[in-house]
Amino acid sequence: MTAAAASGPSAILPGRGGIGGALSDAFWRNPKLLLFLMLTPPLLWLGVIYLGSLFALLMQSFFSIDEFSGVIVREFTLKTYGELLRPSNLDIIIRTVTMAALVTLAAAVIAFPIAYFAARYAKGRWKAVFYLGVMLPLWSSYLVKIYAWKLILAKEGILNWLFAKLHLTFLLDGWLALPVVGGNSLSVSPTGTFLVFVYVWLPFMILPVQAALERVPSNLMEASADLGASPGQTFRNVLLPLALPGVIAGSIFTFSLTLGDYIIPQIIGTSHRFIGMAVYAHQGTAGNIPLAAAFTVVPVAIMGVYLWLAKRAGAFDAL
Amino acid sequence: MPHAVTFQQVSRHFGAVRAVDAVDLEIAPGEFFAMLGPSGSGKTTCLRLIAGFEQPTSGHIEIFGETAEGVPPYRRHVNTVFQDYALFPHLNVADNVAYGLMIKGVGRAERAREAEAALEMVKLPGYGGRKPGQLSGGQRQRVALARALVNKPKVLLLDEPLGALDLKLREQMQEELKALQRALGITFVFVTHDQGEALSMADRVAVFNEGRIMQTGTPHEIYRRPQTRFVADFVGSSNVLSPDLTARLGGPRQWASLRPEDIRLDTDGHHRGRVIAASFLGSATRITLEIDGETLSVLLPSGSAVPEPGEEVAFSWSPGDLHVMGDEA
Repeated sequence: MTAAAASGPSAILPGRGGIGGALSDAFWRNPKLLLFLMLTPPLLWLGVIYLGSLFALLMQSFFSIDEFSGVIVREFTLKTYGELLRPSNLDIIIRTVTMAALVTLAAAVIAFPIAYFAARYAKGRWKAVFYLGVMLPLWSSYLVKIYAWKLILAKEGILNWLFAKLHLTFLLDGWLALPVVGGNSLSVSPTGTFLVFVYVWLPFMILPVQAALERVPSNLMEASADLGASPGQTFRNVLLPLALPGVIAGSIFTFSLTLGDYIIPQIIGTSHRFIGMAVYAHQGTAGNIPLAAAFTVVPVAIMGVYLWLAKRAGAFDAL
Repeated sequence: MPHAVTFQQVSRHFGAVRAVDAVDLEIAPGEFFAMLGPSGSGKTTCLRLIAGFEQPTSGHIEIFGETAEGVPPYRRHVNTVFQDYALFPHLNVADNVAYGLMIKGVGRAERAREAEAALEMVKLPGYGGRKPGQLSGGQRQRVALARALVNKPKVLLLDEPLGALDLKLREQMQEELKALQRALGITFVFVTHDQGEALSMADRVAVFNEGRIMQTGTPHEIYRRPQTRFVADFVGSSNVLSPDLTARLGGPRQWASLRPEDIRLDTDGHHRGRVIAASFLGSATRITLEIDGETLSVLLPSGSAVPEPGEEVAFSWSPGDLHVMGDEA
């Protein structure tokens, strides 16, 4: 035994040598050093470029514009925020927030069954089909998709044609005749804007919900059924509460993306403006940077309040 | 009075795999019934057939005289203690225990009262406010038990409930489960791969192998009179003697079982063998004898003299200890 141990290789191997060897040893002895080196560049990027510009934006919103000269007055004032409350601007905010809420709700309702199928039943090839199906639309240009939808929703578009073939044109016309949601055709109605928003942001809802559902052990569903809960009761009492963090994560995407988007409502919908369009107009053509900044703070504030409410409602308890 | 659970020629196939294959089973009301077998033997699938998580491919299942196939789990007055407990992570212990009552529409105050009573029964009073994540494995197990028992099920199903506990806790829970079952008079169906657990707790045991029941009987019957080689080997790892060896040792030319602890080493024994291995088990020492190319295990009680490997020893057993079995594997 001793002879074999003595004649074999030594128990401690020599160092690898060189800079690589020295670095590996140093990182092994001091894992925090590696963490520090890995995190510093992205944290600097986030801190300076991202948070810095956000802070600059916040500063801008407390400045105001001199109405005669169009020059920005760099003095602290709440005047710009006061302007937000003017009926025309308040209208924009309410319209955008309502749209974002409806889009989020619809996306959640459509995404849930798809995500549930993917998390519970899809295996192997079907899982690949699911991921491809959800992601594929994200690979093509956003503008191409929106213009494609403009054609689909147009008066001469495929949707009208389909309704006509099914002899259901009266339904479509009836809907378009409604105030607020209707218009001359789907492509110039708020309904059209809504449909395209839901389509474009849907993957951002499906993926987090699917990830959340995947983490729910299937034996919890069985335990619930075992304790007498019907599928509906199991959904309400077990599945939905456990998937809620995923739904909230998805809704952060759909809600904030809708709040900030300025292209979809410009191409599809009425001439009524959304927050994104207002920001675009004020900081571009009008040169009213403070008002644009104030408009931008609105979605940030709304998301903050939304997350706070979600947390209070216990949406993150299952995390 | 009908049986608590009846299986008539029940099969459950998953594709080509016959997880449960033509099983007949009768469990009496108020019985502590154990399903014993290695993993993949079909015992858990049988439990899931009773719970309703699986539907039989063919055959007929009755629970207290009522047809069970086609009935969803939530319409069966049967509750399960899951192997990994399956506690709801977003609910606290009290809400977990009261879940079944909440579903039934029992009022909040009564629910809380009954949940607390159930927690007291499993010796966790005052734990209602905690989350499952804050409990130890043994405590979670008790919560799972309380959550099932609070519904006063007709049959309680336990799927390897003690598997994840350490030895000390497992022994303690075995006794508590047995006492609880006696006190409540509920039919317990208990799935385990641990033969010691099955023998010590159950009124009757069904030994499963490859989707079939090899033998059903009291622990004593299963242990003393195994009907097949598999049962003899799986329950208490008996010596399974080939027909040749049985004949050479003075028995009929048939398969036979001889318990290691029934073999004595004594100088005037009729048979001789050579010791090829010895291992110390604590309460006993297991030695392996070689007789004409076949091996035999002998369990020596602690304190007796242990022969060295290589030694020739003489051994014997009482006439009734050699148990002749049928040809079935």
